Amino acid sequence: MKSASRKIQSILMGTAVAVGLGLSAPAGAEELRIGYLAPLTGGLAQTGIDMRDGFLLYLDQHGNKLGGMDVKLIIEDEQGKGDVAVTKAKKLVLQDKVHMLIGGVLASTGYALAPVSTELKTMYIPSIPAADDLTQRQLKNFPYLIRTSWSSSQPNHPLGQWACDQGYKKIVTIAADYAFGYETVGGFQKAFEDCGGKIIQKIWPPLGAKDFGPFIPTIKADTDAVFSLMVGPMPAQFIKQMRGAGFKKPIIGGGTSYDEFVLPFMGDEAVGDVSALHYSAALQTPENEAFVKAYRAKFGKVPSYYSENNYTTAMWLDEALKKAGGKWPGAEELIKIMVGIKLDKTPRGPVSFDDMRNPVQNIYIKKVEKKKMFGYDKDELWNTVIKTYPNVDQFWTYGKDKFLAQPVYDKNFPPCKFCE
Amino acid sequence: MGTQFWVVQAFNGVSYGALLFLVGAGLSLIFGVMRIVNLSHGSYFLLGGYVALSVIGHTGSWLLSIPIAALTIAVVGLIMERLFLRPEGHAKLVRDALIALGIALVVRLAIGPILPQLLPGLIGGIIQVTLVVIVFAIPIFLLLQRISAVAIEADVLRQVLMTVGFAFLFQQAALDIWGGNNFDIQPPSALTQSLVIGGTYLPLYRLFMIVGALVIGIVLWLAMEKTRMGAAVRATVDDAQMARGVGIDTNKISMLIFALGAGMAALGGVIGGAFLGVYPGLDFEMLPIAFAVVIIGGMGSLGGAAIGALLVGLADNFGKALFPELAYFTLYAPMVLILAIKPTGLFGRD
Amino acid sequence: MGSQNFKIAAVIVSLLVLLIIVPYCNSFVVLLATRALVFAILAMSLDILLGFTGLASLGQAAYFGVGAYLTAILANNYGFGLKWDFWLMIPIGMAVGGALAAFFGLFAIRATGTYFLMITLALGQCVWGLAYRWNSMTGGDNGITMKGGRPQFGIDLTSDINFFYLTFGFFVATLLALYILVRSPFGKSLLGIRERELRMRILGYNVWLHKYVAFIIAGAFGGLSGVLWAHANGIVTPETVVLTTSVDALLMTVLGGAGTLVGGAIGSAIVFGLREYVSTLVPWWQYVLGGVYVLTILYLPTGLMGIPGRIRQWRNSQTKRETTKMAPAPS
Repeated sequence: MKSASRKIQSILMGTAVAVGLGLSAPAGAEELRIGYLAPLTGGLAQTGIDMRDGFLLYLDQHGNKLGGMDVKLIIEDEQGKGDVAVTKAKKLVLQDKVHMLIGGVLASTGYALAPVSTELKTMYIPSIPAADDLTQRQLKNFPYLIRTSWSSSQPNHPLGQWACDQGYKKIVTIAADYAFGYETVGGFQKAFEDCGGKIIQKIWPPLGAKDFGPFIPTIKADTDAVFSLMVGPMPAQFIKQMRGAGFKKPIIGGGTSYDEFVLPFMGDEAVGDVSALHYSAALQTPENEAFVKAYRAKFGKVPSYYSENNYTTAMWLDEALKKAGGKWPGAEELIKIMVGIKLDKTPRGPVSFDDMRNPVQNIYIKKVEKKKMFGYDKDELWNTVIKTYPNVDQFWTYGKDKFLAQPVYDKNFPPCKFCE
Repeated sequence: MGTQFWVVQAFNGVSYGALLFLVGAGLSLIFGVMRIVNLSHGSYFLLGGYVALSVIGHTGSWLLSIPIAALTIAVVGLIMERLFLRPEGHAKLVRDALIALGIALVVRLAIGPILPQLLPGLIGGIIQVTLVVIVFAIPIFLLLQRISAVAIEADVLRQVLMTVGFAFLFQQAALDIWGGNNFDIQPPSALTQSLVIGGTYLPLYRLFMIVGALVIGIVLWLAMEKTRMGAAVRATVDDAQMARGVGIDTNKISMLIFALGAGMAALGGVIGGAFLGVYPGLDFEMLPIAFAVVIIGGMGSLGGAAIGALLVGLADNFGKALFPELAYFTLYAPMVLILAIKPTGLFGRD
Repeated sequence: MGSQNFKIAAVIVSLLVLLIIVPYCNSFVVLLATRALVFAILAMSLDILLGFTGLASLGQAAYFGVGAYLTAILANNYGFGLKWDFWLMIPIGMAVGGALAAFFGLFAIRATGTYFLMITLALGQCVWGLAYRWNSMTGGDNGITMKGGRPQFGIDLTSDINFFYLTFGFFVATLLALYILVRSPFGKSLLGIRERELRMRILGYNVWLHKYVAFIIAGAFGGLSGVLWAHANGIVTPETVVLTTSVDALLMTVLGGAGTLVGGAIGSAIVFGLREYVSTLVPWWQYVLGGVYVLTILYLPTGLMGIPGRIRQWRNSQTKRETTKMAPAPS
């Protein structure tokens, strides 16, 4: 069973080499060397593949140029491990002399790579890592960082509000035991409790756990719903085991619990579950429809937010480099330019940067439904958008200063006041 | 925490223990019979899952994948044992040939980009590979004949390291054949339902795991206690030299046990693939746990493996549920204590 | 005795070559060389156990990890170890490594052979389990990033080249210290235990105590390598203590040649070169790594340092064949 991904990987390696060997560049076109870090093996492999493919789709559609510069893309596998990511990043900068680093998946990888970008004075775009503090309390430590994706708590504030609106009073959270899990639950808990809800229990299975047997029976019986945050290999198994264990109440999720990187592999047991994210492949806009169709035609699957975020990153870079006159202006200058660019026609909708270099964007509350979309003739699982919160930034309605004054969301913050 | 919590957790722990029994029993017998510490046992587990995936991918039958995966990996284990761990006579030649072939293939991988393309297309590619292999493999093979390999048997450290080397080779091969993705094995939908007893949900798949392990365990035990072959195995475990003296062909026994052990590990991989998944790295994650089972239960003892598996399954489950911060510690600390007090394990013989 | 002096000269020359060449390579290679040197120290500590006392341990990563985590926690939470107190961190790391080994040794030393392997494996896994799940202490899966950067005490250690020199210094110091140790009466009795434990016991040596002390020494130097690792790497994760790390250390020692001390350094260079450097060039580097393991075990059990010995052995077996041919067959 030769995996398509490996074939594509070797083709891409070849492409990168070919591009590197220099299809004769027209006079004046400089080469842009990008170091791309993604987990291509291990538990997060599917997300890494989606990331890379999203970026490649944009390059493919634009003659492998960004802002008029020829792109040399050097892809390294960070295996979902922080120290491997750091090693590969250093290799990319010190040996391959890349202009910028893009990628990483886990929040922990983001936290590991950000200091490296400062140390090596190299631009780093965490195109997926959502770790809150990268663009909040720790931003001043990372002058070379600009984030094109999201912050973990960003979509969960509105989701917490939405949960109150649905009438839920008590919720149990079960989330992967690491920074992203803490910040997702933190954002949800803050908003949910601010409008009258109560989090009565927090469960933390280890990141990558696939056997939820020890955790599911501990869920308190008097809860109205469960809020889950599952990453990588966890989401598909979690739903199966929850429903298999007889849990009939609603399950709402952080964005990655039902994102399209895993949705095709889930069964009907996921139908009806709600989650919140800044992207859904079922968004009915002309830009998204074109994106989904092009992506599926080239890579054989529906794009996930991992794909979209990297596609939009490429788009942002394209616009920024165009403004810079088609030449590499240096990391600080490029970041200055990028921050001022507002994009309207991305697959996820309108995006811009706030003054802490994190995107301001729509948050979509989406619900899993089985239906046909975009002219495809099979019934499939799609994340139908049921509500849109426009122009959400990382601070929600709290205001930047008030938000930054509180500590970063952690396992114990906000404290579990109502834990029974 | 009501009784339901304890019931379900115990049930989960027992079902995990069932899986561990499959992996651990083989490892325990291999050690008991052959005194070999096999660090590629985790690889057998993982490869079993991968082979099952391929079978399901091609035939759509989950049921068929179980015996095929078990048999394939049993053969792989057999080859490893016969050619590398305890080669005799002709086996040494075959081993040298295999090594020469392997080296030649790696050389081909290395110089591939700079080789001229003789003939286009697939046929051209095959011819080129064959030529390179012949050019390199033959001199290497001849060279290997002049050098003598040092026997592995009885040298624990070298067994360990060689089996680890194979584990790395298997890991790379699996990556090349099946890719780096995280897979789940889908059992037939009948097994995804749950049995409801008094308001408690018991997933059928876990029940199937328990029943399956019980059946296999009983069959093995009967074979050990009631058949002549079983008696021969037990004799070899107790004292290999005496067994040889009485005329038992310990070579055949060790072959049988190694193949059986590998096959059972593969079986574990197929069955575990439904809720643990199949992904690179699972081999080395499973390995220490398998060793925990064997050490706690006692090396060479089938019953010990069963008890050990049960204890480890329960400890792991309850540990994660009740003391999440110390989860793995609650598993390995008892192992250390048992080893310190009774190094041969609860039921081990030595 | 001549071959001994030759070996020493060879070692000194290679070290000088290393010292001169590496700083001229690009920063990434300097970084790799530094990390390989740290692992070389770990491998040498294991060699004391394996090559000299005859105890194969699958849990050496435990002391490595404890040293590394301690360094990271003290640096991040208490700002300790980032200035001149870095030089305090060294003995602290060694003390903690040694103390842990002293504790573990109580359980482990009574065992031998396979059981020693198993129990050290279990002990290593205990430490790993804590590193992985004791989130409040160790950051769990995320590990701990060294926020304070490298220590500052007059020399700018953020420069990779300077840090390389520092690590090189520690490597040489460890090599010397251990060399003196193995040439001492204590070291000689360790060798005796490796060869004929029973005889040593009969001669009245307290074998248990000797092994225990060797275990502690190995743990202490393991802790030292951990301290250096935290600064070399900038981040400490459970990967530092995972089983594969202990296995790697064992392989490095055997690959280079157990009982030669420097063998560990050679082994470290090869394994590191493969894992970290070749892996960035080609995706199939693990075939080479696995192949190296298998072939070394089969054909070079005395490791690479043992090649001269093996060649001599092979030549002897050849001459024996010829002299046998020359002798007339009895009629």
